Amino acid sequence: MNKRDFLKDAILFFPAAATLQALAPAAEGKAEPANVPADYDATKHWYGMGVDVDKCIGCNRCVEACKAENNVPTEPFFFRTWIERYQIHENGETKVECISTRAGLPEQAEPEDPTVVRTFFVPKLCNQCAHPPCVQVCPVGATFQTQDGVVLVDEKRCIGCRYCIQACPYGARYLNPRTKTADKCTFCYHRITEGLLPACVEVCPTQARIFGDLKGKADRLVRFHRVNQISVLKPDLNTEPKVLYAQLDGEVR
Amino acid sequence: MSGAIPDSLNEQLGHQLSQVVGFIYPNEVETQWAILIVVYPYLTGIVAGAFILASLVKVFNVVEVQPIYRLALLTALSFMLVAGMPLQLHLGHPERAYEIFFTPQPTSAMAMFGFVYLWYLLGILLIEIWFEYRHQLVLMARASRGVLKGIYGALSLFSKDVSPEALAFDHKASKLITIIGIPSAFLLHGYVGFIFGSVKANPWWGSVLMPIVFLMSAIVSGIAMVMFLYILLSLVRNEKLDMRCLDKIGLFLLVAIIVDFALEALDYIHRLYQSEESIGILTQLVSSKLFLSLIVVQLLLGMLLPLLILVLVRSVRLNDDFRRLLYFTTSLLILVGIFSMRWNVVIGGQLYSKSLRGLMAYKMEITGIESLLTALALLALPFIILTVLFRLLPPRWMESRSMATAN
Repeated sequence: MNKRDFLKDAILFFPAAATLQALAPAAEGKAEPANVPADYDATKHWYGMGVDVDKCIGCNRCVEACKAENNVPTEPFFFRTWIERYQIHENGETKVECISTRAGLPEQAEPEDPTVVRTFFVPKLCNQCAHPPCVQVCPVGATFQTQDGVVLVDEKRCIGCRYCIQACPYGARYLNPRTKTADKCTFCYHRITEGLLPACVEVCPTQARIFGDLKGKADRLVRFHRVNQISVLKPDLNTEPKVLYAQLDGEVR
Repeated sequence: MSGAIPDSLNEQLGHQLSQVVGFIYPNEVETQWAILIVVYPYLTGIVAGAFILASLVKVFNVVEVQPIYRLALLTALSFMLVAGMPLQLHLGHPERAYEIFFTPQPTSAMAMFGFVYLWYLLGILLIEIWFEYRHQLVLMARASRGVLKGIYGALSLFSKDVSPEALAFDHKASKLITIIGIPSAFLLHGYVGFIFGSVKANPWWGSVLMPIVFLMSAIVSGIAMVMFLYILLSLVRNEKLDMRCLDKIGLFLLVAIIVDFALEALDYIHRLYQSEESIGILTQLVSSKLFLSLIVVQLLLGMLLPLLILVLVRSVRLNDDFRRLLYFTTSLLILVGIFSMRWNVVIGGQLYSKSLRGLMAYKMEITGIESLLTALALLALPFIILTVLFRLLPPRWMESRSMATAN
């Protein structure tokens, strides 16, 4: 190869290499969470949440805190977390209602129904599955699992096809009408990577929600897991949820 | 991030919320995949079905169907060109759609569908049509002048060779492509079924039979569409139909409907017999929200009545005009029935809560992107494309020319 040919090739090679270099992260198909502190090491954590069903009083403050913290539309069609109320009747019938879609508090207390034998509240949110079907179906890799086990959506990459919403067995996702991208609970990723608690956990007056790190030895969540009988939602679907419920009734789906 | 939610969306969701029966998860009020996603498998199915009908001529030498060979190919192309549009239009960010091709997620059925679609369009359909029409295009380029000469020249990719060897090669090539094309057509629509059938969160969709049910219904709808167009064209042109051809198409249609019916029946029997957790809510869904579209339109009018008519046509001696009328009616009934089937799968799967405790409603918008008008436009577009293709590539140009030279 003579000098002239070499130079010609080099002139072509360097811009081409630079272009490929620039495209490489995009082509890899994996997004990384934005705005994480520089000293945060995701590999050291495996986050989860415990929910003590007996402690929830259905005050809905977690839902309000979540909407405020994460700029979730206030309309009653979009929730990152919500509360369901279950009423079990004498004849075994179960009545379920989502109390988070109510507009304001009821003016009067509801009259007591003598046929109700048991009633309880169940907070719901994204289960941050270890084996998430939403991540599996996303055509562009916009929804992904971080190394600490949190499932996130990259709103700059999401094309808004809504396949992940269909694939979620828990109804935890919605299409954000402002960004036109899929949206869901992030465990308040911007807070937990700073060492803070998720907003819903922070405001819960009865400590019905326990946030923690399943990799931590002396963690509250690990203790919660040890001392309670734990259930997860829809275990037969093999999604391996990391939201762990204590004292959960079999009626809850 | 901030900004108000459009009033129309609020209004639609408010209405749908007021129609909820029982308990649903709060995020389930919105119908995520609406009318455009009903149109999409409908169009794709017609493509696959029309192609498979055409392949009968090339691969299995069913000579009776020769008269509709080119019609079937051009029908497949016209619907294929539109099939991707409803998907594109329904995206929240249509401008990012290219991401599916540049950064696809290998585990996603939807991402892989993009490649299946492209393969079928570019690798099969266009090449097959090119080989089929090359001879004619060369002759048309020779016979025409000015801009048209340029167009036909370009369409023939400036090939000039019409020697017997070259024509024999065309013939061989198009046969080979058809042979590859059959599994590709199966893949195309089977894959659409897989997009739904692989969703384990939704018991109405998540069935191993879904791809094959989609495929059989695709074949039914494709044959019905070609039959419909064949009769319609003869009426428009005031020409006599080849009744042997029509009877043969009718026979294939009958066989396809029987297989389709058997598969769908198997699906329902299996569900009822296994009677899993979801059976209660699904029974409620079928007997209330889907009664008209599933039991009446899809099953009775779209499947059993056509089946009855096709059996009647074969068992009783009827005159040509009456048979033609019956075939025309049958093809129309089937086309409506299969559309209904797509509706029942796509919308039906979103009318019950994944909590299995309640039913939702879907209120179709009349105007806007995701609306009745857009759906109608997308359903009309293939016919417009087909008309243009017919003008550009007259299916019987060669015959009329040889007749003209003979005279």
